[in-house]
Formats: sequence, structure tokens, C-alpha cells
Amino acid sequence: MMRLPPFTYLAPRTLGDAATALAEHGRDAMVVAGGTDLYPNMKRLQFEPKVLVGLRGIRDLRGVRGSAREGLTIGAGTTLSAVAGHPEIAARYPALATAAGLVSSPQLRNMGTLGGNVCVDTRCNYYNQSHEWRKAVGFCMKKDGDICLVAPASPRCWAVSSSDTAPVLWSLGARVRLVAASGERTVEVSALYQDDGIAYLAKQPGEILTEILLPPADGWKSAYLKLRRRGSFDFPVLGVAVALRLEGARVGEARIVLGAVASTPRPADVAAAALVGERLTPELIARVADLAAGPSKPLDNTDFTHPYRKKMTRVFVARALRALAGLDGSGRPVEEVA
Amino acid sequence: MSAERTQGGSSAGSARAIDGGRFGRGAEPPSERKHEFSVVGRPLPKIDAWTKVTGETKYADDLVLPRMAHGKLLRSPHGHALIKRIDAARARALPGVYAAVTGADLPRVKFGILPVSQDEEVLCTEKVRMVGDAVAAVAAVDEETAERACRLIDVEYEPLPALMSIEESLAHPEIRIHEYGDGPNVHKSVALQFGDVEAAFAKADLVREDVFYYEGNTHLPMEQHAAVAHAGPDGKLTLWSSTQTPHYVHRVLAKALDMPAAHVRVVATPVGGGFGGKTDPFAHEIVACHLSRLTGRPVKIALTREEVFYAHRGRHPVLMWLKTGFTRQGDITGCHIKTWLDGGAYGSYGVASTFYTGVINPVTYKMPVYKFEGARVFTNKPPCGPKRGHGTPQPRFALEVQIDKAAEQLGLDPADMRRRIAAEPFTKTANHLTVTTTGLVECIDRVVEASGWRAKWRGWRFRAPASPAQPVLGEASEGAPEGGARRSEAPSEKKRGVGLACSAYLTGAGTAIYWNDMPHSGVLLRADRSGAVTILCGATDIGQGSDSILAYLPAEVLGIAPKDVHVHPADTSLTPVDLGSYSSRVTLMCGMAAIQAAERLKTVIAKAVAGKLEVGPGELVFRDGKVGAPEEWDKAVTFARAVELAEAMHGVLAFPGSYAPPKRAGKYKGGGVGPSPCYSYTACVVELTVDEETGEVELHDVWIAHDVGRALNPLLVEGQTEGSVYMGIGEALMEGQVFRKGVHKQPSMLDYKSPTTLEMPEVHTILVETDDPEGPFGAKEAGQGPLLPVPPAIANAIYHAVGVRCDEVPIAPEMILKGLERRRQGKAARVGPEKIPVFKFKEPLVVESAFGQPAEAIAVRPFQS
Ligand SMILES: Cc1cc2nc3c(=O)[nH]c(=O)nc-3n(C[C@H](O)[C@H](O)[C@H](O)COP(=O)(O)OP(=O)(O)OC[C@H]3O[C@@H](n4cnc5c(N)ncnc54)[C@H](O)[C@@H]3O)c2cc1C
Repeated sequence: MMRLPPFTYLAPRTLGDAATALAEHGRDAMVVAGGTDLYPNMKRLQFEPKVLVGLRGIRDLRGVRGSAREGLTIGAGTTLSAVAGHPEIAARYPALATAAGLVSSPQLRNMGTLGGNVCVDTRCNYYNQSHEWRKAVGFCMKKDGDICLVAPASPRCWAVSSSDTAPVLWSLGARVRLVAASGERTVEVSALYQDDGIAYLAKQPGEILTEILLPPADGWKSAYLKLRRRGSFDFPVLGVAVALRLEGARVGEARIVLGAVASTPRPADVAAAALVGERLTPELIARVADLAAGPSKPLDNTDFTHPYRKKMTRVFVARALRALAGLDGSGRPVEEVA
Repeated sequence: MSAERTQGGSSAGSARAIDGGRFGRGAEPPSERKHEFSVVGRPLPKIDAWTKVTGETKYADDLVLPRMAHGKLLRSPHGHALIKRIDAARARALPGVYAAVTGADLPRVKFGILPVSQDEEVLCTEKVRMVGDAVAAVAAVDEETAERACRLIDVEYEPLPALMSIEESLAHPEIRIHEYGDGPNVHKSVALQFGDVEAAFAKADLVREDVFYYEGNTHLPMEQHAAVAHAGPDGKLTLWSSTQTPHYVHRVLAKALDMPAAHVRVVATPVGGGFGGKTDPFAHEIVACHLSRLTGRPVKIALTREEVFYAHRGRHPVLMWLKTGFTRQGDITGCHIKTWLDGGAYGSYGVASTFYTGVINPVTYKMPVYKFEGARVFTNKPPCGPKRGHGTPQPRFALEVQIDKAAEQLGLDPADMRRRIAAEPFTKTANHLTVTTTGLVECIDRVVEASGWRAKWRGWRFRAPASPAQPVLGEASEGAPEGGARRSEAPSEKKRGVGLACSAYLTGAGTAIYWNDMPHSGVLLRADRSGAVTILCGATDIGQGSDSILAYLPAEVLGIAPKDVHVHPADTSLTPVDLGSYSSRVTLMCGMAAIQAAERLKTVIAKAVAGKLEVGPGELVFRDGKVGAPEEWDKAVTFARAVELAEAMHGVLAFPGSYAPPKRAGKYKGGGVGPSPCYSYTACVVELTVDEETGEVELHDVWIAHDVGRALNPLLVEGQTEGSVYMGIGEALMEGQVFRKGVHKQPSMLDYKSPTTLEMPEVHTILVETDDPEGPFGAKEAGQGPLLPVPPAIANAIYHAVGVRCDEVPIAPEMILKGLERRRQGKAARVGPEKIPVFKFKEPLVVESAFGQPAEAIAVRPFQS
């Protein structure tokens, strides 16, 4: 079987110790939470940290606090199973519970954390391969090589943001708390990501993501739809997160964020703006879905063909909006299903 | 999942009830004896079920021997290259490395599973032919060190152009992957003709020509191949390996290591799934032995998942051209198929695979005239070989989809049409194969009934745009015109459809892979004073349950419990040879050998007990762990006591059983591939929904009726059927062993898409029993046949749902959307290959068709007495 390269594992009990350890070892160190993303990557020699700072022993990183009324705070170390099964999240931030519950498989959701999902490495089917495979194909710039194998003329890496929860958190207007030995800060999720397959996080290596802060849920409805080949196990190759605040029958505020079609979650702002002040009619939904497909720019580096993923953006945005509007496929109102 | 069983259809030729004398049953009339089995037909757990579910089973990778070293192979990063230099010095110098070897250190011999395709090197010396070819190997203190050491081996390559498709290989005769074969980059080319096809087409009311493509895919067993070798200080060698064919591995080890076969022992460990992927001898097995000889330590080599994708031997990608003539009533007048197989870098079973793309087709339906041309082409990819259904799912897909198209043009119900043309029992096919029993008609009737086919199918809904070349012949069948069938349903992007397909498969290859007159399977059965019976047999349980069958059958014959039978499988030093777990041969061949041995033991015991009880041996019954006369059952002795009596009279009780198939190969060159003692038959109905917006297919139900001859254990047959359905679904909808930029596109469990339990529909298994005279207690195969009708039934159901013809698998959602788009534009809603290669087959060998000739019910088999 594939083996892990050697490393030293540190198991701090407090956040402070973890931050200090990270600062001390600098570039040689990485944090690991559930390890469901990092360990497979290490076996493929995509990361060769000398030191791993394990977060699993830090009690404070786990659990959900607050209320949907005031806003919820989710510890970064909370497992995806716990997030998906949390009654208040499921009721008031349904898109987040849905997204967390659609990540990989039950076993991996029991190990994988929300923080790890927010920070999960970008993916590309020229990159998520063993060292030997990558050597055979000539290595890419994300690890060990100089060029991007998907877009050889490009100066940057086009690996795909493949987190299920990231587009949802963005659409909900969530923020994250980042703690380093030198201090801490809180940033919008929308400011955490950058459209670059290598430097996909606007986060210093010494910063630990400790909390995900959700704004009050009142008046908001949300939905998440995921495209993948199979009903389990698979990463998204398109994610559609929609959050709406309704004022009576009209849309007061709207956010549409697309996952897995760029190196960052990608907002479809023009489409979202077209919803504001309008009623959710089938005609409007069709127009908004067309607009939302605009920013969807997938490349040929995941499962399914990229024209198909682009085409499905329209279909999925329309379906998410129809679900939120309580319309069925034919545009007729349907009973709301919990 | 649900299942039911039926006994003997009228079409099965089942007038012959079980031969009571053959099985030494009592004096009751045969018709009653059928129901008198004590073990056969009962849904018993497998004998290894508990060890499997509790994790006790020791697979090859679980073996740990004292002082064991870990081996690793260095594999080529080039698809096609000359090796200019290899230097393992730096690897040898790494602390913890015990040995590092290259091909120069091994005997210079080539090996391969088939005698006619000895084209593999253990470690390549001059040339590599695919990414993943092994060029060097290391044994070290642990796997990590071995891996690091491999990276220190310096290899200098001179890359050659890699040929990655049939078209490329044929277009570049100047680049040769191998020097041998039937033409530049053509491994094997065959052409056989039985009767005059042109005349047959002239007689037809409808002649269809279609082109199909079946993508390659791999077995994806849960267990990755592993082997542990131990060269002992006595100069003898033992290899434990996850193999389906310990006997063939034994032969190859002797050759590749230049050792007397008498000093080599191969033990097949329990196999965690094979499906044909562990049927060849592999480089890692030979290398582990060699490294063990060098280091004096046991050496283990366990492949990574990625390496399993390179070991491959999976489904050949096959491009097919199929031309069939039909009468107005749906009868086939003649059929002509051309197949091009993408073989990959080595021969493997490829010659047999090539034949199998042609020779089994005539077994299912009445095909009076048949012509087959096939060619296997080398490419610089992992070698293809035998995967469940070996060479037959591809032409099966083509034929069943084409029949569906013909039924539409003829205005026939596809179930009725197939029912009409089903092969007759106890006849010969055009290509001289013997069909014994067939339950196909009953299988069709049962799935039609169980699925509610008549209510769901309701006629052809879509009409292909009229084309002068392919006129619609029949009256519009019952049911609504286009779109009308759904008028009552709510408008929705989700459309439902049903599809049907049938198939047949062999129960064991009629000839061994190397020419010989010896048994194909043998057992040694001994009885113990404790009342235990021990059976030794070279068969390998790969999860299909062959160990259990080896316990059930002697238990049935001797009237004891399966738990009283100890099974010792697959150890070349202990067990008589069995050729291996492939071609669905084990239950039939080992089963017949086991019955023979058990009958021999029974005769001896009966003689001894008869003396004691003072009755005739023929009056005795073996039942419930006792032996006695039914009229005086209170005097019956326990089985253990009976063994004592027999042992006192005869000495040690140990009896061989041997089996070889009837010699029925057609008397023409190539007639050796295709014959089998008997054939299983299957019919399948699939119900699914297609989402017209996304092209996604959701399967709801699969009804599958399988003629298994007799279900020795219905639970195991259902398991094999469901597993086959599962595998067929994967091949139909998502699996593909595909390449990009010269490398395998997705050699991992995550990215090579195979269905999960969530993609599994409800499977309704119906077992049809035809009691075949060739099988043990009438049994035929169940391990492979039920896969075959699944992909075409899915394609036919998709057509029924949305009017898109998919002449290619896997059927990706994109393909369905493309078809729908074509429909909207008023074009033919077909997706599939557009052209066939420019290729000249050799002149066919013309043989007279044997179609319809009567076949004798019971052929003479060697070793019967
Ligand atoms: C087969 C398979 C299928 C998968 N399918 C999906 C899928 O469908 N959708 C999906 O979104 N993901 C998927 N994943 C990826 C992964 O399981 C999840 O993203 C999971 O949530 C990662 O969490 P973790 O705690 O295991 O992260 P880890 O592996 O521990 O860490 C992931 C990365 O985040 C960093 N990190 C983790 N926690 C913190 C923190 N608190 N602060 C700073 N950095 C941190 C680590 O340094 C590392 O770089 C899959 C993985 C596998 C192996």
C-alpha cells in the first residue's frame, strides 16, 4: 500500500500551544484536523511536512455555540457529521447541513472537520495522483513541475476549489476566525479565498482557523445542490449555493455562489442582483439561471466534461431557485418539503 | 433484494429428471427424489462466512513471516521506450535494502498465460511497452525503504512513440510494439464463416448494419494483489499469492525462475475478489520469489491500487460492426460480426478473448448462418484480458441493442421477438457448439411477468426519422405514438422507461489453456474415523463460494452436514490440480470430481455397512449422519461408525475424483474456443428514469431470471447474480479504463468511477432450474452470465424512456443530452461510434453450418469410470 513519508506529530492540548508550535516550526509544519484530505495528499508526496500539529486534542475547537437568532458559532474541529446532524443548522441553515452531509462518505464525515473542509486543498486530475504517475506525465506547477497541464500557456495553476461547504458559507455571509501566535483576526469567507490553485487561501501558514461564524438566520432561506457522478464518495464537480432573504413574495437579498468551477468559490453576482426586488417566477428563474452560468468557467481537470459542468450550472441554479420558490420542475407551486 | 425459484421449463428439455442411480438415491421414483436433497438447494451460509465477516480470514497481505522483507517494483514512466541503461547501485547502497535487481539478474525467458503468447518479461530488459511495466525491484526492511530505494534506481530510456488506440496502432505499422503476431501491431486475427451469409441476407426482410463501441474497464477487486514468497534453505520455494490460477502460476514460476516444478509450491490464499484480474501470472509474484532466493528471507510484495490498474487484464475496449438479417416475423436469417479489440501491451488471454467476441453469440438465438471476423491490436496500455464475461459482454451489447432496433422496425414486442428466436435445447449452433438445456424462454416469461413488462412497455413510443435505407416494416405496434404514452403523466423532465435483453454464457471452457489429456479438475477425498470427511482440491475460492460447494456436494452424497467436511483448497503440494477459477468452470468441474470421489467412498462404506446390517448395499440410505436401510432405520449406524467399519475392511479411505469436459470441440481450426459442457441463460428487464435536463439515469428495478440448471445454494446464486448486475451497471453507466497524455486517467478508487450502493437499484432475482445432464446435480454457472444482459437492457430502457439510442458504453449523461439535442434538431437521436477502421481481415475459414443438428444429451466424458 502507499505509505506516509516520515514526520513528527505534535498533539497540543490548547490553541495557544498549537499556534506556538506552528510559529516555531514555520514552513516545516502544517496543521492537521481529521486528516482525510492531508494524509492521502502526503502519501502522494504532495506535501512533505516535517512536523504535523494535530488539532484533535484541542477541546475548544469542537462544538456549536449560540443561536440562529443571534448567529451560530461553529468550532473548526466540529466534524462534518456533527454539522450535518445539528438540528438548528439543519432547520435554519439548511444549505450548510446539506453540503456537510454531502461531503464524501459517512466514514470520512465522521473524521473530517468543517475547518478542514474550508481549508481543503484544491483538486485537479493532473495533481491528485501518485508521485510516480505525476513523474510519468511530467509534473505540474502545483507540485514538482513548472507548467499547468490543463492550460499549458497559463502562468498560474487551475486546480479546482472542491469544498462543498465553502460556497455555502460564502453565500450565507459567514466569517472565520484565524488565530496565530502573533494575534488573531476575523475575515469574511469571501475574503479567505483567492482564484489561484496553489495560493487558494488568503491565510498565513501560521494561522489556525478556529471558528466559523454564521450571521443570524432570520428571514433567510438557503439551498445547496451538488453535481457528481455518484451519490456518495465523490467531490463536487459543480456546487450551487443559493441564499435568499424574502420580503413577502419578493426577494430582498440574494447570493448565488458556485463551487468547483474555478480555483475559488465563484459568486454569480449579476445573477443574484437580478433577483432583488422581484418575484420568483419561472421566467425570472430561467433568466437568472442563464446569468449565473456566465461566471462558471470549468476546465477539463475533473470528472465529467467541462462543457457539461458549465451546462449544468444553469440547470442547477434553476433547480435551487425553484426549490426555494416552492416550484416544481414545470414551474407550478408545490408543497414545501422539510 | 428478492428472489424466487422455479423448476424446469417446458423448453428446457427437462423430461429427464435427476438420474437416481447416478447419485445413489433410494428406491423412490425419480420425480420425488428431486425434493429429497438434504443440502442441495438450501440457502446455507458459505462455510467461510463467519471468518470473513469477523475479519479472521487471512489474505495474502495479512501474512507475516519471521524475518520477512518487503519488496517493491520500479515501474516505467514511459508508455513505449527502449531501455538504454539500468543501474541499481544507489538503491543497493541505501541502508535497509537487502537486494535490488533488474531483468539482467533473472533468467532470460519470456512468459505469459497462453502458450502462443509468451511475450512478457518479469523485469523488462530492452524495452518497456506501457506506463507501469516493471523494470527493477528492491527488497528492504520495510515498504517505505523499498519505495525510497526504487527512486534511487537510475534508468535511462529512449522514448518511442506510444500508440494509444486501435486506430493509432493500425495507422503506424512502422512502429512495432511486438515483433510477433498476425500483422504489424495485430496480435491475433481470426475469420470464420459457417454457411453463406450473403445468401442469408438476401432472404431477409430487414437487414441492419450497426456500429457499436464498448469501452474497456477493470475488475476493481477490493483486495489488491499480494504475494509472499519463501525460498527455504532446503532449496524449495513456496509462494502464497492472491491468485485465481495457482496451477498456472506454478508452471510459470518453474519456467521463469528456471527451477524444477517439483521444488515449487504455490498456495492460493483466500482471494478478496478476482473477477478475472488475478488469472494471469504476474511479475510481482515471480520477483518476490527471486528476491527471496537472493536474500534468504521471505519477501512480500503487495501492489498499490494504482499498480492494480496497471496489472489490469480487464475488459477489452471493442469496436464492433454487426450486420444481421431478419424476417418480418423477427427470425434471424444470418449474422455477420466484425470486432476490433484494443489489447494493450501484452498477449495475456487475448487470443481467447478475440474468439470470445465472436463464438458465443450463436448460443442464445437461432442463427442458422454466422460469420465472425475479429482482430486484437496491441497498444501501449496495460494488457486487457479476462474480466467477468470474458470477451462476450461487448458483442452481447451490440446484438441485444440491434435486436431492439430491429424489433422497433418490425413493429414487434422485443420480449416476444426474443422468445420466438430463442435457441432450441439439445441442438448444435451454426459454429458447432452444443446447446444442452436452455431455460431462456422461461427466463423471458418470468421477467416479463415479474416486471409488469406488458403494462409498462406499451409499444414503441419514438419513431426514428424515416430513412429509405431502413424502412419501417411492421404495423405501428400497440400503444401511443410519440409522446402519447406519457400523456397521463405530469409534465416533468424525468422520463421512465423499460428495456429488456438476454444472454448465454459457458459453464467452463471445454479445453485447457495448454494442450493436455489430463483432468481439468481433481479432488482427493478421505474419510476419518471421527466422522469427518476431508476434501483436497486445487480450486481457488475467490468469493464465489467454491470452497462451500466442495463441502456441500460430498455432504449431500454422504448424508452428512457440510460442517463435517473439511475443505483444503489450492495448494499445489497437497491438492490435485484444478485449472483455476475462470470461465465459470469451478462448480461444474470440481463439483463433478467431488461427486465422483464421494460416490466411490460411499460405495465402499455401503459394502462394509451392508455386511454388518446384513442387507444388500443397494438398500442402504445415507441420511442425517447415518447409514442404514430405510425399513430398519432404527438399526442405522452413525456415519463415523460406518467409516470405522469401512476402514477396517478396506484400509485407509481416500478416493480421487477426476473431471474433464466432454470432447466436443468443432473439428475446425479455432473450434477449441467456445465449447462448454453446458450454457447458462439469462433474461433481464431494467426500469429506469432519465432526467432530460441533466442526462442522468436513475435505475429503479432490475428483474433478472437466470437459468442456473440447479441452484446448489440459492443464496450463493443470488449473490452472484446481484454482483453481476452491479458490475454490469458500472460498465453500462460509468466505468472506463481510459488514458490521457499517455497515462491512465484515473488509477484510484475515488476517480475510477464504479457504482456505490446508492446507485444499486432493487434487484429481483428469479432462478430457473433446467437440471442439465452435464452439471453436478444439474447445475450450470452463475458467476458471469448474469452480467451480460444488463448493459444492453439499460441502453434499451434509455431508448424507451427518451428515444435516444446509445450505441456505446459507458453511457455518460453528456451522451444522452447530445442525443436529445439531435432529436430536437430532427436528426437521428443516436450516439455512438461513427466509423470503423480500415482493416483487411484474412480470408475466412469456411465451414458448414451445424445449425439445428441434434446434439446427444449426454456426451462421453473422460475419467467417468
Ligand atoms: C475519498 C474522499 C472523498 C472526499 N470527498 C469530498 C467531498 O465530496 N467534498 C469535500 O468538500 N471534501 C471531500 N473530501 C475531502 C475531505 O474529506 C474533506 O474536505 C474534509 O472536510 C477535510 O477535513 P479534515 O478535518 O479531514 O481536513 P485535514 O485533512 O485535516 O486538513 C485539510 C487541510 O486543511 C488544513 N486545515 C485543517 N484544519 C485546519 C484549521 N483548523 N486551520 C487551518 N488549516 C486547517 C490542513 O492543514 C490541510 O491543509 C474527500 C476526501 C476523500 C479522501
